[in-house]
Amino acid sequence: MDPMILSELTGNVASVGYGLAAIGPGIGIGIIVGKTAEATARQPELRGQLQSTMFIGIAFTEILTLLAIVTGLLFG
Amino acid sequence: MWSPSRHPGSPRLSSESLLCFPRCSTADHGAIPRSARPLIDHPERTRVVHRRTHGGRTRIGPDQECRPRPARWRRTTRPREIELNTADLSPTLYAEGESLFHVPTLDEFFPDAILFGGTWFEFNRVQLVRLIVLAVVLIVMCVLASRAKLVPGRSQSIVELLIEFVNGTIIKNTLGLREGKAFAPFLMTLFFFLLAMNLAGVVPGLNLAGTSVIGLPLLAALWTFVVYISAGVKKRGIAGYLKHETAPPGLPKPIYLLLVPIEFLQVVLIRWASLTIRLLANMVAGHIMMVVFIGLTQGLLLSGTWLVAVSPFAGALAIGIYGFEIFVAALQAFIFTILAAVYIQMATADEH
Repeated sequence: MDPMILSELTGNVASVGYGLAAIGPGIGIGIIVGKTAEATARQPELRGQLQSTMFIGIAFTEILTLLAIVTGLLFG
Repeated sequence: MWSPSRHPGSPRLSSESLLCFPRCSTADHGAIPRSARPLIDHPERTRVVHRRTHGGRTRIGPDQECRPRPARWRRTTRPREIELNTADLSPTLYAEGESLFHVPTLDEFFPDAILFGGTWFEFNRVQLVRLIVLAVVLIVMCVLASRAKLVPGRSQSIVELLIEFVNGTIIKNTLGLREGKAFAPFLMTLFFFLLAMNLAGVVPGLNLAGTSVIGLPLLAALWTFVVYISAGVKKRGIAGYLKHETAPPGLPKPIYLLLVPIEFLQVVLIRWASLTIRLLANMVAGHIMMVVFIGLTQGLLLSGTWLVAVSPFAGALAIGIYGFEIFVAALQAFIFTILAAVYIQMATADEH
Protein backbone atom coordinates (compact mmCIF):
# COMPACT_ATOMS: atom_id res chain seq x y z
CA MET A 1 0.00 0.00 0.00
CA ASP A 2 1.25 3.42 -0.87
CA PRO A 3 1.92 5.15 2.47
CA MET A 4 0.80 8.56 1.24
CA ILE A 5 -2.71 7.47 0.38
CA LEU A 6 -4.81 7.53 3.51
CA SER A 7 -8.14 7.05 1.86
CA GLU A 8 -9.21 6.85 -1.71
CA LEU A 9 -12.50 6.90 -3.51
CA THR A 10 -12.42 5.68 -7.05
CA GLY A 11 -15.13 5.70 -9.64
CA ASN A 12 -16.47 8.43 -11.79
CA VAL A 13 -17.11 11.87 -10.39
CA ALA A 14 -19.52 12.47 -13.25
CA SER A 15 -22.21 10.51 -11.40
CA VAL A 16 -22.02 13.00 -8.53
CA GLY A 17 -22.05 15.80 -11.05
CA TYR A 18 -25.17 14.44 -12.66
CA GLY A 19 -26.88 14.31 -9.29
CA LEU A 20 -26.00 17.92 -8.64
CA ALA A 21 -27.13 18.94 -12.11
CA ALA A 22 -30.51 17.31 -11.59
CA ILE A 23 -31.38 19.44 -8.55
CA GLY A 24 -31.96 22.77 -10.25
CA PRO A 25 -33.98 21.59 -13.25
CA GLY A 26 -35.96 19.34 -10.92
CA ILE A 27 -37.07 22.33 -8.90
CA GLY A 28 -37.61 24.31 -12.10
CA ILE A 29 -39.82 21.71 -13.74
CA GLY A 30 -41.77 21.41 -10.51
CA ILE A 31 -42.44 25.14 -10.53
CA ILE A 32 -43.41 25.11 -14.21
CA VAL A 33 -45.87 22.26 -13.89
CA GLY A 34 -47.27 23.57 -10.62
CA LYS A 35 -47.88 27.01 -12.06
CA THR A 36 -49.49 25.47 -15.13
CA ALA A 37 -51.80 23.46 -12.91
CA GLU A 38 -52.70 26.66 -11.05
CA ALA A 39 -53.35 28.53 -14.27
CA THR A 40 -55.43 25.67 -15.67
CA ALA A 41 -57.52 25.68 -12.51
CA ARG A 42 -58.14 29.39 -12.94
CA GLN A 43 -58.94 29.22 -16.63
CA PRO A 44 -59.71 25.69 -17.78
CA GLU A 45 -60.59 26.87 -21.29
CA LEU A 46 -56.93 27.79 -21.93
CA ARG A 47 -55.75 24.30 -21.06
CA GLY A 48 -54.32 23.40 -24.47
CA GLN A 49 -52.39 26.60 -24.86
CA LEU A 50 -51.05 26.46 -21.34
CA GLN A 51 -49.92 22.90 -21.87
CA SER A 52 -47.95 23.77 -24.98
CA THR A 53 -46.28 26.59 -23.10
CA MET A 54 -45.58 24.21 -20.26
CA PHE A 55 -43.90 21.70 -22.55
CA ILE A 56 -41.75 24.38 -24.12
CA GLY A 57 -40.70 25.55 -20.68
CA ILE A 58 -39.97 22.00 -19.57
CA ALA A 59 -37.88 21.45 -22.69
CA PHE A 60 -35.75 24.49 -21.95
CA THR A 61 -35.31 23.51 -18.31
CA GLU A 62 -34.71 19.85 -18.92
CA ILE A 63 -31.88 20.46 -21.35
CA LEU A 64 -29.63 21.47 -18.44
CA THR A 65 -29.90 18.03 -16.89
CA LEU A 66 -29.51 16.33 -20.23
CA LEU A 67 -26.36 18.36 -20.83
CA ALA A 68 -25.07 16.90 -17.58
CA ILE A 69 -25.58 13.38 -18.95
CA VAL A 70 -23.74 14.28 -22.11
CA THR A 71 -20.97 16.00 -20.16
CA GLY A 72 -20.49 12.85 -18.13
CA LEU A 73 -20.22 10.78 -21.27
CA LEU A 74 -17.85 13.20 -22.95
CA PHE A 75 -15.42 13.89 -20.11
CA GLY A 76 -16.09 10.96 -17.79
CA MET B 1 -25.56 -8.18 -26.04
CA TRP B 2 -21.92 -8.34 -25.13
CA SER B 3 -20.15 -11.53 -25.86
CA PRO B 4 -16.50 -12.36 -25.39
CA SER B 5 -16.06 -13.42 -28.97
CA ARG B 6 -16.93 -9.98 -30.21
CA HIS B 7 -14.24 -8.29 -28.20
CA PRO B 8 -11.19 -10.36 -28.88
CA GLY B 9 -8.82 -7.66 -27.67
CA SER B 10 -10.45 -7.33 -24.30
CA PRO B 11 -8.38 -8.95 -21.60
CA ARG B 12 -11.03 -8.56 -18.97
CA LEU B 13 -13.17 -11.60 -19.13
CA SER B 14 -12.89 -15.24 -19.25
CA SER B 15 -15.65 -17.38 -17.89
CA GLU B 16 -14.03 -17.73 -14.48
CA SER B 17 -12.94 -14.15 -13.97
CA LEU B 18 -16.21 -12.53 -13.10
CA LEU B 19 -16.15 -9.78 -10.56
CA CYS B 20 -18.55 -9.80 -7.70
CA PHE B 21 -20.87 -6.86 -7.41
CA PRO B 22 -18.68 -4.13 -5.97
CA ARG B 23 -18.76 -3.32 -2.32
CA CYS B 24 -17.42 0.10 -1.61
CA SER B 25 -15.62 -0.75 1.59
CA THR B 26 -13.21 -3.30 0.22
CA ALA B 27 -9.79 -1.86 0.59
CA ASP B 28 -7.58 -4.84 -0.12
CA HIS B 29 -7.37 -7.83 -2.30
CA GLY B 30 -8.45 -10.13 0.47
CA ALA B 31 -12.10 -9.64 -0.33
CA ILE B 32 -11.68 -10.52 -3.97
CA PRO B 33 -12.06 -14.12 -4.99
CA ARG B 34 -8.87 -15.72 -6.16
CA SER B 35 -10.30 -16.24 -9.59
CA ALA B 36 -10.68 -12.51 -10.09
CA ARG B 37 -7.08 -11.61 -9.33
CA PRO B 38 -5.59 -12.12 -12.77
CA LEU B 39 -8.12 -9.62 -13.95
CA ILE B 40 -6.82 -6.90 -11.70
CA ASP B 41 -3.19 -7.72 -12.25
CA HIS B 42 -3.50 -7.80 -15.97
CA PRO B 43 -1.11 -5.25 -17.51
CA GLU B 44 -3.76 -3.88 -19.87
CA ARG B 45 -6.11 -3.25 -17.01
CA THR B 46 -3.59 -1.62 -14.74
CA ARG B 47 -2.65 0.70 -17.52
CA VAL B 48 -6.22 1.82 -18.01
CA VAL B 49 -6.82 2.20 -14.31
CA HIS B 50 -3.65 4.16 -13.88
CA ARG B 51 -4.53 6.61 -16.61
CA ARG B 52 -8.08 7.15 -15.54
CA THR B 53 -7.59 7.81 -11.86
CA HIS B 54 -4.08 9.14 -11.58
CA GLY B 55 -3.16 10.67 -14.89
CA GLY B 56 -5.82 13.33 -14.58
CA ARG B 57 -6.90 15.69 -11.91
CA THR B 58 -7.60 13.22 -9.16
CA ARG B 59 -4.01 12.42 -8.42
CA ILE B 60 -3.41 12.28 -4.70
CA GLY B 61 0.01 11.15 -3.59
CA PRO B 62 2.89 13.62 -4.04
CA ASP B 63 5.33 11.00 -5.19
CA GLN B 64 3.24 9.84 -8.10
CA GLU B 65 3.93 10.94 -11.59
CA CYS B 66 1.70 11.25 -14.60
CA ARG B 67 3.91 8.92 -16.56
CA PRO B 68 2.45 5.40 -16.56
CA ARG B 69 4.51 2.93 -14.60
CA PRO B 70 2.78 -0.37 -15.06
CA ALA B 71 5.46 -2.41 -13.36
CA ARG B 72 5.01 -0.52 -10.12
CA TRP B 73 1.26 -0.58 -10.22
CA ARG B 74 1.17 -4.25 -10.75
CA ARG B 75 2.94 -4.72 -7.44
CA THR B 76 0.96 -2.43 -5.20
CA THR B 77 -2.26 -3.41 -3.57
CA ARG B 78 -4.90 -0.91 -4.37
CA PRO B 79 -8.56 -0.51 -3.52
CA ARG B 80 -10.75 -2.12 -6.08
CA GLU B 81 -12.19 0.07 -8.79
CA ILE B 82 -15.89 0.72 -8.78
CA GLU B 83 -16.80 0.09 -12.35
CA LEU B 84 -20.29 1.51 -12.70
CA ASN B 85 -19.33 4.03 -15.26
CA THR B 86 -21.35 4.44 -18.40
CA ALA B 87 -18.40 6.02 -20.15
CA ASP B 88 -16.36 2.90 -19.63
CA LEU B 89 -16.27 1.26 -23.00
CA SER B 90 -15.02 -2.07 -21.75
CA PRO B 91 -17.98 -3.97 -20.46
CA THR B 92 -17.78 -5.83 -17.20
CA LEU B 93 -19.90 -8.67 -16.01
CA TYR B 94 -21.08 -8.68 -12.45
CA ALA B 95 -21.95 -12.05 -11.13
CA GLU B 96 -24.23 -12.52 -8.18
CA GLY B 97 -24.30 -16.20 -7.55
CA GLU B 98 -25.39 -17.82 -10.76
CA SER B 99 -27.01 -14.79 -12.29
CA LEU B 100 -25.26 -12.79 -14.94
CA PHE B 101 -26.15 -9.17 -15.13
CA HIS B 102 -24.83 -7.38 -18.11
CA VAL B 103 -24.15 -3.75 -17.23
CA PRO B 104 -25.06 -1.76 -20.31
CA THR B 105 -22.46 0.55 -21.75
CA LEU B 106 -22.43 2.81 -24.74
CA ASP B 107 -21.43 -0.22 -26.80
CA GLU B 108 -25.16 -0.87 -27.00
CA PHE B 109 -25.44 1.89 -29.54
CA PHE B 110 -22.50 0.84 -31.66
CA PRO B 111 -23.23 -2.73 -32.61
CA ASP B 112 -21.06 -4.71 -34.95
CA ALA B 113 -21.26 -3.96 -38.62
CA ILE B 114 -23.52 -6.08 -40.76
CA LEU B 115 -22.18 -4.83 -44.07
CA PHE B 116 -19.21 -2.78 -45.21
CA GLY B 117 -17.49 -2.92 -41.82
CA GLY B 118 -14.60 -0.53 -41.38
CA THR B 119 -15.53 1.75 -44.25
CA TRP B 120 -17.37 5.04 -44.26
CA PHE B 121 -20.54 3.26 -45.27
CA GLU B 122 -20.64 0.91 -42.31
CA PHE B 123 -24.07 -0.60 -42.00
CA ASN B 124 -25.04 -1.88 -38.57
CA ARG B 125 -28.18 -2.60 -36.63
CA VAL B 126 -28.99 1.05 -36.03
CA GLN B 127 -29.01 1.75 -39.75
CA LEU B 128 -31.09 -1.37 -40.32
CA VAL B 129 -33.65 -0.18 -37.79
CA ARG B 130 -33.74 3.23 -39.44
CA LEU B 131 -34.22 1.73 -42.87
CA ILE B 132 -37.03 -0.54 -41.69
CA VAL B 133 -38.80 2.31 -39.92
CA LEU B 134 -38.39 4.59 -42.92
CA ALA B 135 -39.78 1.95 -45.27
CA VAL B 136 -42.72 1.22 -43.00
CA VAL B 137 -43.61 4.89 -42.57
CA LEU B 138 -43.27 5.67 -46.28
CA ILE B 139 -45.31 2.67 -47.41
CA VAL B 140 -48.04 3.14 -44.82
CA MET B 141 -48.40 6.83 -45.54
CA CYS B 142 -48.35 6.35 -49.31
CA VAL B 143 -50.94 3.60 -49.19
CA LEU B 144 -53.17 5.56 -46.83
CA ALA B 145 -52.86 8.73 -48.86
CA SER B 146 -53.60 6.99 -52.14
CA ARG B 147 -56.83 5.50 -50.85
CA ALA B 148 -57.95 8.27 -48.59
CA LYS B 149 -61.70 8.29 -48.25
CA LEU B 150 -64.12 10.91 -47.11
CA VAL B 151 -65.29 8.60 -44.34
CA PRO B 152 -62.03 7.32 -42.89
CA GLY B 153 -61.37 3.77 -41.90
CA ARG B 154 -59.56 2.83 -38.74
CA SER B 155 -55.95 3.29 -39.82
CA GLN B 156 -56.78 6.43 -41.75
CA SER B 157 -58.42 7.94 -38.71
CA ILE B 158 -55.35 7.26 -36.58
CA VAL B 159 -53.17 9.16 -39.03
CA GLU B 160 -55.76 11.91 -39.32
CA LEU B 161 -55.85 12.15 -35.55
CA LEU B 162 -52.10 12.67 -35.45
CA ILE B 163 -52.21 15.24 -38.23
CA GLU B 164 -55.02 17.00 -36.44
CA PHE B 165 -52.90 16.94 -33.29
CA VAL B 166 -49.94 18.57 -35.03
CA ASN B 167 -52.18 21.09 -36.69
CA GLY B 168 -54.38 21.87 -33.71
CA THR B 169 -51.90 21.72 -30.84
CA ILE B 170 -48.51 22.55 -32.26
CA ILE B 171 -49.11 24.85 -35.19
CA LYS B 172 -52.20 26.64 -33.92
CA ASN B 173 -50.66 27.43 -30.54
CA THR B 174 -47.35 28.69 -31.87
CA LEU B 175 -47.42 29.92 -35.44
CA GLY B 176 -51.13 30.30 -35.89
CA LEU B 177 -53.06 28.36 -38.51
CA ARG B 178 -52.75 30.97 -41.26
CA GLU B 179 -49.06 31.78 -40.75
CA GLY B 180 -48.18 28.17 -40.12
CA LYS B 181 -49.67 26.82 -43.29
CA ALA B 182 -46.41 27.23 -45.20
CA PHE B 183 -44.52 25.27 -42.55
CA ALA B 184 -47.15 22.62 -41.92
CA PRO B 185 -45.62 20.03 -44.29
CA PHE B 186 -42.21 20.46 -42.67
CA LEU B 187 -43.56 20.16 -39.14
CA MET B 188 -45.77 17.18 -39.94
CA THR B 189 -42.91 15.36 -41.63
CA LEU B 190 -40.69 16.08 -38.67
CA PHE B 191 -43.30 14.85 -36.21
CA PHE B 192 -44.13 11.61 -37.99
CA PHE B 193 -40.51 10.88 -38.76
CA LEU B 194 -39.31 11.38 -35.20
CA LEU B 195 -42.30 9.64 -33.69
CA ALA B 196 -41.72 6.54 -35.78
CA MET B 197 -37.97 6.57 -35.16
CA ASN B 198 -38.45 7.01 -31.41
CA LEU B 199 -41.09 4.33 -31.20
CA ALA B 200 -38.71 1.86 -32.80
CA GLY B 201 -37.00 1.80 -29.41
CA VAL B 202 -39.97 0.05 -27.84
CA VAL B 203 -40.98 -2.19 -30.73
CA PRO B 204 -40.00 -5.75 -29.84
CA GLY B 205 -37.51 -7.03 -32.38
CA LEU B 206 -36.18 -3.62 -33.27
CA ASN B 207 -35.49 -2.54 -29.68
CA LEU B 208 -33.30 0.39 -30.58
CA ALA B 209 -34.56 3.84 -31.42
CA GLY B 210 -33.33 5.21 -34.72
CA THR B 211 -32.70 8.49 -32.92
CA SER B 212 -30.44 7.00 -30.25
CA VAL B 213 -27.29 7.59 -32.29
CA ILE B 214 -26.37 11.19 -32.96
CA GLY B 215 -26.72 11.25 -36.76
CA LEU B 216 -30.47 11.37 -36.98
CA PRO B 217 -31.19 13.94 -34.25
CA LEU B 218 -28.43 16.09 -35.69
CA LEU B 219 -29.92 15.83 -39.16
CA ALA B 220 -33.37 16.78 -37.94
CA ALA B 221 -31.98 19.67 -35.88
CA LEU B 222 -29.91 21.01 -38.75
CA TRP B 223 -32.91 20.77 -41.01
CA THR B 224 -34.85 22.84 -38.48
CA PHE B 225 -31.96 25.30 -38.29
CA VAL B 226 -31.94 25.78 -42.06
CA VAL B 227 -35.71 26.17 -42.13
CA TYR B 228 -35.96 28.84 -39.45
CA ILE B 229 -32.92 30.77 -40.66
CA SER B 230 -34.18 30.80 -44.23
CA ALA B 231 -37.68 31.77 -43.12
CA GLY B 232 -36.29 34.70 -41.17
CA VAL B 233 -33.88 35.79 -43.89
CA LYS B 234 -36.59 35.58 -46.50
CA LYS B 235 -38.79 37.86 -44.48
CA ARG B 236 -36.23 40.48 -43.37
CA GLY B 237 -32.93 39.97 -45.18
CA ILE B 238 -29.80 38.85 -43.39
CA ALA B 239 -29.05 42.05 -41.48
CA GLY B 240 -32.66 42.64 -40.61
CA TYR B 241 -33.08 39.09 -39.45
CA LEU B 242 -30.01 39.19 -37.20
CA LYS B 243 -31.11 42.51 -35.76
CA HIS B 244 -34.57 41.13 -35.14
CA GLU B 245 -33.29 38.03 -33.36
CA THR B 246 -30.36 39.42 -31.43
CA ALA B 247 -31.40 42.92 -30.47
CA PRO B 248 -34.91 43.22 -29.09
CA PRO B 249 -35.84 46.91 -28.94
CA GLY B 250 -36.47 48.95 -25.84
CA LEU B 251 -33.57 48.04 -23.60
CA PRO B 252 -30.91 50.32 -22.06
CA LYS B 253 -27.85 50.60 -24.31
CA PRO B 254 -25.21 48.80 -22.16
CA ILE B 255 -27.39 45.73 -21.92
CA TYR B 256 -26.98 45.14 -25.63
CA LEU B 257 -23.25 44.54 -25.17
CA LEU B 258 -24.14 41.53 -23.11
CA LEU B 259 -27.30 40.50 -24.87
CA VAL B 260 -26.29 40.54 -28.51
CA PRO B 261 -23.47 37.96 -28.29
CA ILE B 262 -25.59 35.63 -26.20
CA GLU B 263 -28.56 35.88 -28.51
CA PHE B 264 -26.36 35.44 -31.55
CA LEU B 265 -24.84 32.30 -30.09
CA GLN B 266 -28.35 31.16 -29.28
CA VAL B 267 -29.47 31.56 -32.87
CA VAL B 268 -26.49 30.00 -34.63
CA LEU B 269 -25.53 27.26 -32.19
CA ILE B 270 -27.48 26.68 -29.01
CA ARG B 271 -30.88 26.16 -30.57
CA TRP B 272 -30.04 23.34 -32.89
CA ALA B 273 -27.43 21.85 -30.55
CA SER B 274 -29.95 21.71 -27.73
CA LEU B 275 -32.54 20.13 -30.02
CA THR B 276 -30.02 17.42 -30.89
CA ILE B 277 -28.88 16.80 -27.36
CA ARG B 278 -32.38 16.76 -25.93
CA LEU B 279 -33.59 14.10 -28.30
CA LEU B 280 -30.40 12.06 -28.23
CA ALA B 281 -29.95 12.10 -24.46
CA ASN B 282 -33.56 11.16 -23.88
CA MET B 283 -33.42 8.19 -26.20
CA VAL B 284 -30.02 7.02 -24.95
CA ALA B 285 -31.03 7.32 -21.31
CA GLY B 286 -34.34 5.60 -22.01
CA HIS B 287 -32.72 2.71 -23.77
CA ILE B 288 -30.10 2.23 -21.05
CA MET B 289 -32.81 2.37 -18.42
CA MET B 290 -34.84 -0.33 -20.16
CA VAL B 291 -31.77 -2.50 -20.63
CA VAL B 292 -30.86 -2.16 -16.96
CA PHE B 293 -34.30 -3.02 -15.66
CA ILE B 294 -35.04 -5.87 -18.03
CA GLY B 295 -31.53 -7.28 -17.67
CA LEU B 296 -31.72 -7.02 -13.91
CA THR B 297 -35.03 -8.83 -13.88
CA GLN B 298 -33.54 -11.64 -15.90
CA GLY B 299 -30.49 -11.72 -13.67
CA LEU B 300 -32.62 -11.96 -10.53
CA LEU B 301 -34.89 -14.56 -12.06
CA LEU B 302 -32.01 -16.82 -13.04
CA SER B 303 -30.00 -16.20 -9.89
CA GLY B 304 -31.17 -19.39 -8.19
CA THR B 305 -31.10 -17.81 -4.74
CA TRP B 306 -33.74 -16.10 -2.64
CA LEU B 307 -33.39 -13.15 -5.01
CA VAL B 308 -35.81 -14.93 -7.35
CA ALA B 309 -38.57 -13.76 -5.02
CA VAL B 310 -37.70 -10.14 -5.83
CA SER B 311 -37.79 -10.62 -9.57
CA PRO B 312 -41.58 -10.13 -10.04
CA PHE B 313 -41.26 -6.64 -8.58
CA ALA B 314 -38.30 -5.93 -10.80
CA GLY B 315 -40.31 -7.24 -13.75
CA ALA B 316 -43.24 -4.99 -12.88
CA LEU B 317 -40.86 -2.06 -12.69
CA ALA B 318 -39.39 -3.03 -16.05
CA ILE B 319 -42.86 -3.03 -17.61
CA GLY B 320 -43.52 0.36 -16.02
CA ILE B 321 -40.31 1.73 -17.51
CA TYR B 322 -41.33 0.26 -20.84
CA GLY B 323 -44.60 2.13 -20.75
CA PHE B 324 -42.79 5.28 -19.70
CA GLU B 325 -40.51 4.94 -22.70
CA ILE B 326 -43.50 4.81 -25.05
CA PHE B 327 -44.66 8.05 -23.44
CA VAL B 328 -41.18 9.58 -23.74
CA ALA B 329 -40.94 8.61 -27.41
CA ALA B 330 -44.17 10.45 -28.20
CA LEU B 331 -43.29 13.36 -25.92
CA GLN B 332 -39.87 13.91 -27.47
CA ALA B 333 -41.30 13.91 -30.99
CA PHE B 334 -43.87 16.45 -29.79
CA ILE B 335 -41.30 18.63 -28.02
CA PHE B 336 -38.93 18.60 -30.98
CA THR B 337 -41.71 19.63 -33.33
CA ILE B 338 -43.14 22.29 -31.07
CA LEU B 339 -39.69 23.80 -30.51
CA ALA B 340 -39.10 23.85 -34.25
CA ALA B 341 -42.39 25.69 -34.61
CA VAL B 342 -41.43 28.11 -31.82
CA TYR B 343 -38.10 28.85 -33.46
CA ILE B 344 -39.79 29.53 -36.78
CA GLN B 345 -42.26 31.74 -34.98
CA MET B 346 -39.42 33.66 -33.30
CA ALA B 347 -37.74 34.15 -36.66
CA THR B 348 -40.81 35.35 -38.50
CA ALA B 349 -42.93 37.05 -35.86
CA ASP B 350 -43.75 40.71 -36.08
CA GLU B 351 -42.78 42.87 -33.16
CA HIS B 352 -45.62 44.00 -31.01
